[in-house]
Amino acid sequence: MKHPYRILLWAILALLHGRTFATVIKVHPAAGSIQGAIRQARPGDTVLLSKGIYKEHDIYVDKRVVILGEQYPVVDGQGRHQLFIITADSAVIQGLQVQNTGISSLVDMAAIRVQEAGYVKVAHNRLLNNTYGIYLQKSHHCTVVNNQLQAQAVDEQNSGNGIHAWKSGHLRIQGNHITGHRDGIYFEFVTQSDISDNISVSNVRYGLHFMFSNDDAYTRNTFSGNGAGVAVMFSKRVTMHGNVFKDNWGDAAYGLLLKEISDGTIAGNLFVKNTVAIYMEGAARLEVKRNTFTGNGWAMRMQASCSNGLFTENNFTGNSFDVATNGTMMLNTFRGNYWDKYDGYDLDRDGTGDVPYYPVSVYAVITEKIPAAMILYRSFLTNIMDQVEKVMPSIIPDQLKDDAPRIKKWKL
Amino acid sequence: MKTIIKYVLLDLLKNKIILVYTLILAVLAVSVLNLDGNPSKGLLSLLNITLLFVPIITILFATIYFFNSIEFTELLLSQPINRKSVLLAEYTGVAVSLSAAYAAGIGIPLLLLVSGTASLILVISGLLLTLIFSSLALLIFVLCRDKTRGIGAAIITALFFSLLFDGLLIGLIYSFGEYPIEKMVLGAITLNPIDLARVLMLLQLDVAVLMGYSGALFKKFLGSAAGSIFAVSCLLCWMIVPLLLSVRVFNRKNL
Amino acid sequence: MIEIIQLTKSFGRCKALDNISLSMQQGQAISLLGPNGSGKTTLIKSILGLVIPEKGTIRINGQAVKKDWAYRSNIGYMPQIGRYPENMTIEQVINMIREIRRDHTVYDEDLLKGFGLDKVRHKMMRNLSGGTRQKVSASLAFLFSPGIYILDEPTAGLDPVSSELLKDKIAQELSRGKLVLITSHVLSDLEGIASHIVYLQDGRLMFYKSVEALQATTGEERLNKVIARVMQTELPASSYAV
Repeated sequence: MKHPYRILLWAILALLHGRTFATVIKVHPAAGSIQGAIRQARPGDTVLLSKGIYKEHDIYVDKRVVILGEQYPVVDGQGRHQLFIITADSAVIQGLQVQNTGISSLVDMAAIRVQEAGYVKVAHNRLLNNTYGIYLQKSHHCTVVNNQLQAQAVDEQNSGNGIHAWKSGHLRIQGNHITGHRDGIYFEFVTQSDISDNISVSNVRYGLHFMFSNDDAYTRNTFSGNGAGVAVMFSKRVTMHGNVFKDNWGDAAYGLLLKEISDGTIAGNLFVKNTVAIYMEGAARLEVKRNTFTGNGWAMRMQASCSNGLFTENNFTGNSFDVATNGTMMLNTFRGNYWDKYDGYDLDRDGTGDVPYYPVSVYAVITEKIPAAMILYRSFLTNIMDQVEKVMPSIIPDQLKDDAPRIKKWKL
Repeated sequence: MKTIIKYVLLDLLKNKIILVYTLILAVLAVSVLNLDGNPSKGLLSLLNITLLFVPIITILFATIYFFNSIEFTELLLSQPINRKSVLLAEYTGVAVSLSAAYAAGIGIPLLLLVSGTASLILVISGLLLTLIFSSLALLIFVLCRDKTRGIGAAIITALFFSLLFDGLLIGLIYSFGEYPIEKMVLGAITLNPIDLARVLMLLQLDVAVLMGYSGALFKKFLGSAAGSIFAVSCLLCWMIVPLLLSVRVFNRKNL
Repeated sequence: MIEIIQLTKSFGRCKALDNISLSMQQGQAISLLGPNGSGKTTLIKSILGLVIPEKGTIRINGQAVKKDWAYRSNIGYMPQIGRYPENMTIEQVINMIREIRRDHTVYDEDLLKGFGLDKVRHKMMRNLSGGTRQKVSASLAFLFSPGIYILDEPTAGLDPVSSELLKDKIAQELSRGKLVLITSHVLSDLEGIASHIVYLQDGRLMFYKSVEALQATTGEERLNKVIARVMQTELPASSYAV
């Protein structure tokens, strides 16, 4: 929350305003239209929709009104149209079921579009079967909270994102549940925004997708069963705390995909059962701390283009491979992590192993080159290779090591 | 046949080697599982024990037992009973007691301390390997003329399947790494029961990595339930085929 | 009765049995003699079905021995070396064979008791001496009162008392009209028992004659003398070893 005082002020103002001047305009599906009611309303009024089905579309919200639904009235685009287009600052849409937008390759069809507006609030809505759910463009200080978004996207071409934000700033996306879209949440050129407590599951591409978005934070979200959990690309200073990345399976599936990013922190997250927990390429000055990696295929796949990262106090347990890399150079620091595969000793009993741990296993290197060799993983032969490598390191990048591996698991 | 199985079991359950084998497995299982409170690591160690020791101990013990009982077998065959029954009864006795040793030594501690599908699959794999290598021992017994040759053949067989085969396979994979060899590799795996058992466990432990290869056959094939069923069927073949061959050979064998 | 017609068996290049024909009748005690490797054991094993002949037929009481195994119900076999599962007790071994031969319900336990095995029946086989194991083997062979006995070196390893006991038992069974086929290196043990001699060498049948006939032709009374004389007169010098 970047400007709590301002929001509070607005809230109080809105409240006072409502009490004193606002009127409530009731709309019934049989009589009147939403658009008509909005046209009739003055700024600050409430348009109250009764239960029922409204077959309206391209509804422009160009005034500071509250559109409120009673028992989730349905606004249906019948598979052909887009629905709400909000252009006024401080408009509110709440308690609606907005469904069935059209699909178009020319226009991004959205259930609720916020266009060059500020302080708009979209809350407690159900958005079903829409191409795009909530679409924010060139908007700022908007809140999108506790919405449910559900679609049945099958491929990336004919689908849209659940919550899509473009060239915006100071957004708050919180407590939404998003499933079946292309990307659960998509950010492009979005800054200083906060994404928290969302659940993004079973989306076709990413649970959360950042492009060119700086100074954002996402915390306490759950990303599971998506094509890939979260992709953060070409962005700076992104904070990622306390999220859960799990069950992101498949040949291009990652818990977290990092590409050309810098100065972020990844802390206190849980990565469970992902094909690759974190894949990083061109990541610079990242701090990866106090995360738990468990039951993943690869806890980390790190391309040689990553530099100056600090990886510390993480727990690595039950991963097939801890770290894989494509190069021999290593410009990152691993220190004080717990690795369950570490079999060194701690003679001085300071809780830190006396010999370094090399997190890249021989077989990780081999299968990197020849994937088919994976079929022999965990055979007696590969165990022998591991032991030989320990005595005479020749294949693994010997600079990639944890000089102070923990003996006991961190309590995270 | 039931009679013979019963008495062979009576004999084997008092056999010191079987008892020691059970005890060692149990000690290993309990210590490995309690070592650092990391069940997945313990499971892995038990997998290694199962893949490495179970085949060689099973095949050696069974081969020696069959050869040691040769006079007894003759005595049985001088009774009004057919050869097939005697042979299969002896196999059953040996296979069941070794399986019981494995089940008691590794199965019970594992399922008690780390219950789950992976543990269950490991125990099933171990039991299947026991049955398979007992069956191979029987084949060695009917094919070899004397005990010395038999033991030699048993050691070579165990070594072949646990090490040599994989060495050859990895050589193959290395030399043809550029070609689409997944199908061939999968085919090759079925020729080695130890690899089959291992792949069954890989599907439990490392499915994430197996899934990680784009366009790989492994993913399509092994990822489905059909993959596991296929592996188990192949393992059963590895038990049944040597048994049938043994019976055939034994029916014509001069004792 | 056992009828053997043109029985041939070879192991590799070596002919173990070469076109052997024999007819053994009930009430006969046939002593099977011959040097080591002459085919005695192969002959016995062929009769028991342990060795599968190349050519020829064996008939037991008129029934051809081939895939059939029921005929063995009429045979009591005592092997040369008795080795049993180590951890079985004497009682368990005996019970097991009894359970296999369910067609018999009456047991001849003379030898079992005579050898005193019933007193040590809870001893494990691995703790028994070679002699005691021989006693177990003998007791098993006689347990079901079969019509035919095949005894391979029955007295080897037995103490004199037990040896006598066994011989008495054999004689008793003979008097009941049983057929006894016996191999022994100790010719004096066969004294008074053997009614016929079969002599094999290099897989060939050298002769099959009654003891009386041999005694008459050689003029000797004692069995070992008879055999010695026969060998001097009828066999080449190279085959003296018995």
